[in-house]
Amino acid sequence: MGAHAWIFLILTIVGLLATALWAGSLGGRNPFDQTVYEDTIVKFGVTASMFWGIAGFLVGVIIALQLAFPNIMYFEQLGWTNFGRLRPLHTSAVIFAFGGNVLLATSFYVVQRTCRTRLAGGLWPWFVFWGYNLFIVIAGTGYLMGVTQSKEYAEPEWYADLWLTIVWVAYLLVFLGTIWKRKEPHIYVANWFYLSFIVTIAMLHIVNNLTLPVTLTGSKSYQLFGGVQDALTQWWYGHNAVGFFLTTGFLAIMYYFIPKRVQRPVYSYRLSIVHFWSLIFIYIWAGPHHLHYTALPQWAQTLGMTFSVMLWMPSWGGMINGVMTLSGAWDRLRTDPVVRMMVVALAFYGMSTFEGPLMSVRAVNALSHYTEWGIAHVHSGSMGWVGFISFGALYCSTQWLWKRPALYSLRLVEWHFWLATIGILFYIVALYFAGILEGLMWRAYNEYGFLEYSFIETVEAKHISYVIRAVGGSLYLTGALIMAYNLVRTALGHGAAAEGTRPVEAPAAATLQPAE
Amino acid sequence: MKGNLEMSETDKEVDVLSGVETTGHSWDGIKELNNPLPRWWLYVWYGTIFWAILYMIAMPALPSLPGLGSRNTPGVLGMSDRSAVAESVATLHAERSAASAELLTASLQDIQNNLDLQQFAMAMGESAFGDNCATCHGAGGRGAKGYPMLADDVWLWDGTLDGIEQTIRHGIRHEEDVDTRFSAMPAFGRDGLLTSVQIDDLVQYVLSVSGHEANAGMAARGEGLFQSNCASCHGMDAKGSRDVGAPNLTDADWLYGSSPDDIRATITNARNSHMPAWQGRLDDATIKALAVYVHSLGGGE
Repeated sequence: MGAHAWIFLILTIVGLLATALWAGSLGGRNPFDQTVYEDTIVKFGVTASMFWGIAGFLVGVIIALQLAFPNIMYFEQLGWTNFGRLRPLHTSAVIFAFGGNVLLATSFYVVQRTCRTRLAGGLWPWFVFWGYNLFIVIAGTGYLMGVTQSKEYAEPEWYADLWLTIVWVAYLLVFLGTIWKRKEPHIYVANWFYLSFIVTIAMLHIVNNLTLPVTLTGSKSYQLFGGVQDALTQWWYGHNAVGFFLTTGFLAIMYYFIPKRVQRPVYSYRLSIVHFWSLIFIYIWAGPHHLHYTALPQWAQTLGMTFSVMLWMPSWGGMINGVMTLSGAWDRLRTDPVVRMMVVALAFYGMSTFEGPLMSVRAVNALSHYTEWGIAHVHSGSMGWVGFISFGALYCSTQWLWKRPALYSLRLVEWHFWLATIGILFYIVALYFAGILEGLMWRAYNEYGFLEYSFIETVEAKHISYVIRAVGGSLYLTGALIMAYNLVRTALGHGAAAEGTRPVEAPAAATLQPAE
Repeated sequence: MKGNLEMSETDKEVDVLSGVETTGHSWDGIKELNNPLPRWWLYVWYGTIFWAILYMIAMPALPSLPGLGSRNTPGVLGMSDRSAVAESVATLHAERSAASAELLTASLQDIQNNLDLQQFAMAMGESAFGDNCATCHGAGGRGAKGYPMLADDVWLWDGTLDGIEQTIRHGIRHEEDVDTRFSAMPAFGRDGLLTSVQIDDLVQYVLSVSGHEANAGMAARGEGLFQSNCASCHGMDAKGSRDVGAPNLTDADWLYGSSPDDIRATITNARNSHMPAWQGRLDDATIKALAVYVHSLGGGE
């Protein structure tokens, strides 16, 4: 905690100095000119997303290698490299650092354009951006030093949680303020999804992190809830983090970037309304399916399971609306690898939102729970859906923000697409196999009524799968590195992104246009 | 996009490619078609809702309805996880009970001589070994540095059936158990019983008796030290003693390694490793099955 206090103090001073220098250099210019969009912050967000994405994928490859080669990748003298510390670093880096920055950047981009107004709140969006990234640094360094409250996806301790709460409320106010002063009569569907993401994450974060610190100068705290109540709160949080961070947030991205990129109207307004409200109403009840066959009362398991099954079609509504938006522009799948990436994202979205309800059925869960099947499931969702839709949004927004006529190289996007797709397939096929294998080994009895396999035998049986998984993850990381290179060259205006090579395709003008 | 849209007679905008009306809204150029909900989507959704209602009627569901107090609806099928688990555990115990009871009364030798009982004990022992013993002794008892291999015929204390059972039951240097196997090698270096130079000599002597390359002069000096300090447990001939769990130093099996550095570390700090007593943690039938299983691994006496 001492180290964190120093980081916080130094960065606050640096932040204030930078703001003062910036304000002094304005020289009479209005920094909050209401006739132009605030795009600089989106450029920062895109850059941060790229950085955290690569960092998070890299840590993922490292821990995959630790599982595949535990003797080689174990460093006795370097406690912070232990799997137990790096694993939450990976999950938080990809979900909250990469995914979170993509959501911040795209929400600021989309809300301005669909409300036809500049971001509200003057410097507050900057406070949200830097404050959120400071939270990530505090959380990540904390894991390495062993600071954790041991709740999955909610590992940061109380002081980091409090800071995030402040940042998140500012985010909500900036977003609401921008919608409030919109110049369009209606609120676009992407903004409903962004808003449900921001509001629900605030609620989940606060309730699941109700803790009492032992001292105000120490990092340790204790949960307000105990036992099965704590477990249920945690999985109410954990499941809805998937629902409202990784689903509704990224559906918002889909609802803007797919129609914008393919230049076609959204398939069905009615479907967007029905699947939005049914999704958010049903999702919030499904958490107990993470606690099947535990101390959780069976009636609560029934609740979690039935709501998960009813969630199947509301989830698929987003996939249908996204894919069908391509009606009349199917050729773009062939000609534009960015569009293909976003449509494959929807295919993975459809797969994992079918698989989720399937796995929540208790009889299936009895086999799949605690096995690698779960890891395969979340990675098909995260690498396939969240990753690909984010890559699509990053390609689009980089080209549009830096006002380039095209991306530096579509060939490199092709390389990224195929490396990442093959990487995901390696990853998930290996782990589906390992998961079902280990699930069957755990429940195998011999003819005398004793367990056939010891635990370590089930671990040894997964070795080859672990190696293939690490290969798949490395391919995915390589793809992301190619994307970063492509985006940097695009921003610099090289290759096909050079001025005058082609007319600008999409939303070119940063200045606000009059209503039609 | 504008090229694909035209105004219909009723002032509604129609998308030319699909022939479907838009809602008339536009955000940053994005419009929305007024397509109905896909029928199949709606019917599958209704189907899942219908199924959910049926499941809730069939299984334990809704809590705290009026008249139920703090309980929940039990479901018309009357299924309950807790009773299902209790039932399968009872079934398993019933299946095992006859043979388990026999294990309890039979002597270890009887078990060895009764083929059916021996196979049952082996199955039970293998399962228990994997969950409790393999952590240290390795799968199949292959051992590791500091953890004796159980699949060979080298025994520190006792390799008979009864001896193995005694070790499992009471552990080694497990101080909470009065019947535990106990001995303590002194930490000759750490406690200042021997000087560093003396330990060097002793290392060379130990290397020489086990057929390793050794400095003859130092080994000669070490022999005297060995006889006065080590022979009381390891024997004048360094072949060890099972009474005190002192290993034979003349063979090729080394629990803590046979390099000069390893031997030096052993003499300097002593090793005296522990094994917990399993009596009370495992039931008697399991302990006996484990003894039979370990005995069969390769070196039982």
